Amino acid sequence: MSALVLGATSRVAHALAHALAARGHDVCVAARDLDEAERVAADVRVRSGRASVALRFDATDFDAHAAFIDSVEAAVGALDTVVLAFGEMGAQADSERNAQAARQVIDVNYTGAVSVCERVAERLISRKRGTIIGVSSVAGDRGRQSNYIYGSAKGAFTLYLQGLRNRLFPLGVHVLTVKLGFVDTRMTWGMSTRIPIAAPEAAAQAILSAAAGGEDVLYYPRFWRGVMTLIGAVPERVFKRLKL
Amino acid sequence: MNRWVEREMYGWGRHPRVRSLVARPERRAEVKAALDDRGGVPILAHGLGRSYGDAALIANGRMVLTRRLDRMLSFDPATGWLEVEAGVSLEEIIRTFVPRGFFPPVVPGTQFVTIGGALGCDIHGKNHHVDGTFADHVRRVELLTGSGEVVVCDAEHEPDLFWATVGGMGMTGIILSLQLKLVPIDNPFIEMESVRVESLDHFFEVSAESGDFTHTVSWIDCVTTGAAMGRGIFMRGRYAPAGTRGSVSLLQRVGQLAPGLLDFRVDGPNWLLNAASIRAFNETYFRKQAKGVTRSTVHYEPFFFPLDNVRQWNRLYGERGFLQYQFVVPPDPEHRAIRQVLAEITRSGLGSFLAVIKEFGERRHPGLSFPAPGTTLALDFGHAGTPLLDLLDRLDAIVLDAGGRVYLGKDARLPRETFRKMYPEWAAWKAVRDHWDPDNVFQSALGQRLGLTGGEA
Repeated sequence: MSALVLGATSRVAHALAHALAARGHDVCVAARDLDEAERVAADVRVRSGRASVALRFDATDFDAHAAFIDSVEAAVGALDTVVLAFGEMGAQADSERNAQAARQVIDVNYTGAVSVCERVAERLISRKRGTIIGVSSVAGDRGRQSNYIYGSAKGAFTLYLQGLRNRLFPLGVHVLTVKLGFVDTRMTWGMSTRIPIAAPEAAAQAILSAAAGGEDVLYYPRFWRGVMTLIGAVPERVFKRLKL
Repeated sequence: MNRWVEREMYGWGRHPRVRSLVARPERRAEVKAALDDRGGVPILAHGLGRSYGDAALIANGRMVLTRRLDRMLSFDPATGWLEVEAGVSLEEIIRTFVPRGFFPPVVPGTQFVTIGGALGCDIHGKNHHVDGTFADHVRRVELLTGSGEVVVCDAEHEPDLFWATVGGMGMTGIILSLQLKLVPIDNPFIEMESVRVESLDHFFEVSAESGDFTHTVSWIDCVTTGAAMGRGIFMRGRYAPAGTRGSVSLLQRVGQLAPGLLDFRVDGPNWLLNAASIRAFNETYFRKQAKGVTRSTVHYEPFFFPLDNVRQWNRLYGERGFLQYQFVVPPDPEHRAIRQVLAEITRSGLGSFLAVIKEFGERRHPGLSFPAPGTTLALDFGHAGTPLLDLLDRLDAIVLDAGGRVYLGKDARLPRETFRKMYPEWAAWKAVRDHWDPDNVFQSALGQRLGLTGGEA
């Protein structure tokens, strides 16, 4: 079995690479920073004893995505699990002021994700099996003033995964949408909140269990499903007055 | 590039405590960036915070948490050489490699230390008399120096920088990675003998006749006086040969099944560990051990890391925190310094709950590394304020008079002048350090207290 983890230098993705190796996959880890991806691949190799390779992946280099997937499969064999864990939050203020900054956030989180995901889907469809795990965000569930450029890109990605799941289901390919709440990563480092922050390793285990169990949408930590249901239930005429 | 967050930071003794800005880099480029975005103040690497006092702290500077720089980079099963980043813990190495038949060459009393901290403190273990210190099994240390340059150093390459980093308590730079030579083992068990030691002289007799054992250490009752002064339980062991069968302890099982049960999440009351409770514990612990020699086969965890199953045991000392005092004195047939120290502790009425005694082997390298030939004694004291600090000053005088020294990895209060007499190597060490870090980028509360960084001499 072999797996591809895109955006492998994030802590959740790193943990997913380990968890996939522990479940018997040879893992290709890919990220924009090849040096760091090499370290993650080495770590997976040393700890698991399984094969692991690193490749450079740029979400916004759309034209290269087909060749990229070719090189992944040349390295680790036919893929059966692909994790899309890359993303770029950007700074909301930059995205408001600078169209190029906004476009970068949208291209990484959405356009790039769609581009590479379609190339992956082609391969999995031809073999009538496999799993695509898309790591989206609770930020995509409802637009808020503090991060709506990033949120809208993630929201679009969530919608995309929904459609993809609908298309691939009869073809034997499973699509899991993951919406992460607070996980102890660089994004939440230093955040002062009373809401519990989950360990990346626990998130990775939950994600792979959900994928194995055929779940369609996983909120993690799981209570975030309730939180987002409540947030979604607030009428817009009230919501627009909130400072979120 | 780094996000600096204000945190209260402290060592394992939970005294002293400082508030300062800390960053938690996850990538190598972020560690390097910390040199630039540190806001013009000194920085210091901080691992798992298992040094006891102020060695891993800085009040007027910032700390770089290394815990997320934790990738294992390569392993050669033919030789045992393992290359890891500095934030990897010994616990992770042990968990990964015991099933493959390897163990770290030197481990301290807890496995919850990072590799960077292990080299910075140049830790020692129960096998010091045979295998030396941690640094004796290390090569190719990647060190981020004050200029931003990453220098690879070991006994062969840039040896001055390497030996200044060994035991240098983080003041030469930030250790990024190193290679550690793991030793082959046949199974996770230790063939152990416990010997009930009836007096201090008896301890030295047993120690002298334990030459066949690679690992030795002794618990010592430092409350009881008179002829039984120095009584205790001597533990000696070696890796068990192939085919040995053993079992895990009850405490370990509880720890594995329900880790929360053995985790002190709140402070004990300050009075919990007092003279009476310490006396009762020492009496019970000693009585529990049968006279003579007891042989057993034990799992490596209770042998090497008896307290690791009880998470946050340091909180038992209460909110006041505690100090550990560990020293070594040169060999002396009369063992005068050890006797004086034990007598001084008894006279003070400040009992040490945990006390450990061991004979070190030869000193193999220069620098501020602690171990030296002779006898080392480690003592824990709840922080009782002035009476304790006065006691430790008196112990300093005894240790200094005997030609000994205290361990900086445990220290929170050693006066500068005393330190300089105990470690006459300090000036040579500082010259190397200053050469590599002329701008004093890397500082610690301990280093400032002892005059190890900065312009003054």
